[in-house]
Amino acid sequence: MNGISLTPEQLKKNNLTSGHRACMGCGESLAGRLALNAAGKNIIVTQATGCMEVFSSSYPDSAWNVPWIHSLFENQAAVAAGIEAALKALGRTDTRVIAQGGDGGTADIGLQCLSGMFERGHDVLYICYDNEAYMNTGVQRSGLTPTDARTTTSPPGEESWGNQRPKKDLPAIAAAHHIPYVATATVGYYRDLEKKVQKAMSIRGPKYLQIHVPCPLGWGYDSAQTIKVAQLAVLTGLYPIFEMEYGELTAVRKTPKRRPVEDYLKLQTRFRHLFRGEGSKEQLARVQAIADENARRYGLDER
Amino acid sequence: MAIAEAVKRCRPNVISAYPITPQTHIVEDLAQMVADGELKAEFVNVESEFSAASVCLGASATGARAYTATTSQGLLLMAEVLFNIGGLRLPIVLTCANRAVSSPLSIWNDHQDAMTVRDSGWIQLWAEDNQEAADMHFQAFKIAERVSLPVMVNMDGFVLTHAFEPVDMPEQEEIDAFLPPFQPKYRLDPANPLTFGYLAEPDKYMEARYILHRALDNALPVIADVAAEFKRKFGRGTDPFVEGYTLEDAEVVLVGMGSMMGTVKDAIDEMREEGTKVGALRLRTFRPFPKDAVRNALRNARSVAVMERAISLGNGGILSNELKEALYGAKTMPNIGSFIVGLGGRDVTTDTVRKVAKDAANMAHCTEFVDLRMELIAEGDR
Repeated sequence: MNGISLTPEQLKKNNLTSGHRACMGCGESLAGRLALNAAGKNIIVTQATGCMEVFSSSYPDSAWNVPWIHSLFENQAAVAAGIEAALKALGRTDTRVIAQGGDGGTADIGLQCLSGMFERGHDVLYICYDNEAYMNTGVQRSGLTPTDARTTTSPPGEESWGNQRPKKDLPAIAAAHHIPYVATATVGYYRDLEKKVQKAMSIRGPKYLQIHVPCPLGWGYDSAQTIKVAQLAVLTGLYPIFEMEYGELTAVRKTPKRRPVEDYLKLQTRFRHLFRGEGSKEQLARVQAIADENARRYGLDER
Repeated sequence: MAIAEAVKRCRPNVISAYPITPQTHIVEDLAQMVADGELKAEFVNVESEFSAASVCLGASATGARAYTATTSQGLLLMAEVLFNIGGLRLPIVLTCANRAVSSPLSIWNDHQDAMTVRDSGWIQLWAEDNQEAADMHFQAFKIAERVSLPVMVNMDGFVLTHAFEPVDMPEQEEIDAFLPPFQPKYRLDPANPLTFGYLAEPDKYMEARYILHRALDNALPVIADVAAEFKRKFGRGTDPFVEGYTLEDAEVVLVGMGSMMGTVKDAIDEMREEGTKVGALRLRTFRPFPKDAVRNALRNARSVAVMERAISLGNGGILSNELKEALYGAKTMPNIGSFIVGLGGRDVTTDTVRKVAKDAANMAHCTEFVDLRMELIAEGDR
């Protein structure tokens, strides 16, 4: 294998550059680099507290080659609104605004600020990096944790199969604001991810992009398998990839040869309890039913 | 109206607020000014005070002059953002229409809201009347932008916010000359991509807090300088830190903040006529705490009665604690009594003031609630 080394000039080309402290195989850091590079140079980024904030900005080091501000866990959408209002007031509207956070910072604690930003129509792209739990604090359950997943606060046990609630449908909540653009993407299909960021940046007004980003540490899989795991989430129908414009579904990534959910679940220790013991078959069927319902709702099986 | 007019003349670029009594008419008037094109600013109607403060945070970091107003529950909901704004050194100005804090719910005036966030890294100025409140806003933006710290202008809810008083409003050109456009030292700008709001590990956090603490201390001479310049240009203003009233030979000094100090002065005039040697000290600047000015003003006092419109539950008056800290070790340490008055809009009358003055000498190091209606308090709770 040939060694690859980047020059300082090349490093500067990345809006989120290398050398930061993310774990090996981190899906979020890869998605962050791809998404922000696709957004161009003339941007201001605001970031929720969480893994990406912590691994990229430990004083005096910064991995950011774009202007970047971290305030709190739950206010990045409001901070972005303030940045956008300031750019308008100061006549600097060529510069665009991106707010980003993890699934907890977006779907749970930051949901009110997010809804307010959408409703007021700010020209902001909000990116949610969805790794399906509070990873920064050590894998606790969030509103985007999928059914039956083990987290430290939704552990399986005699009385439980893990997280008993379905994953919150945040794209639908975003779309209910009738904003110009809502999309899901995955680090598993990076060209699609980049295209969606570019499309979002071509639209004025609020945009929401939710990117599925596997977490080797939190999900319990080999860190070399991030892309494979991400792709399997799509191929099994558990993470539908689609676009919505002004509340209407406009595009779906089809998966005509849909794989059984076991193919995805068995790679991850967070679902290990679904493969042993009495009743596990019923639980697997329960997860398969979620994929089947996604397939029906989004037409995943159609050619 | 006076406050909205004053804020308009400060030419804020971004205003963001959430309605709460008794702040509402300030932001309603500003919204109308923006709607009428009198004020060129972005007015962001948010879904909470938490977002109002966050919008101002983002706007200020981008290089805009940012303003918000709130009170009571709204200020507490902002609390997390307020600390963050302090740490980020963003020169935002906030008007706090001081109000009591729930529970029980009260929309009326006391000082519990602002007192509760006194450690957030904000400069706190406290007005006695509407003229001073208006003038403080011109100075607040100037101070904030010179020292890179946020400033909270405190004015009593209803007592000041809903009072009709003649206010002399400087001309726009005069304010433009006094308060030039905001020139941020650092801002979010793709041409110079800076990182704001970093993570500090244990080997760096303390230094950041030290620098912030020093910045507040170092703001004292700037507050004085700006007040002096304002006085030169507009011919108005008291001492920037503390205002004394018949202090020279006063044996009893009544200390407090805000609008009730007008009543205190009236009561002192009456008591002086009766031959009682009583004076007053009003704090205009509460953060940074002007220790030297307080020490100097109280150097001859024998008894100090602090009239508090807030309480640290489980301990006692907040202002008196701060005063004791400032005076500890002074050559002549006065007796300091703490008198809780006027909570939740209870009137502070000249009778209230007289009671406090009468008890001052006997109440050293005690906390007393004045004007309590004992008939509302069950035997076991007394």
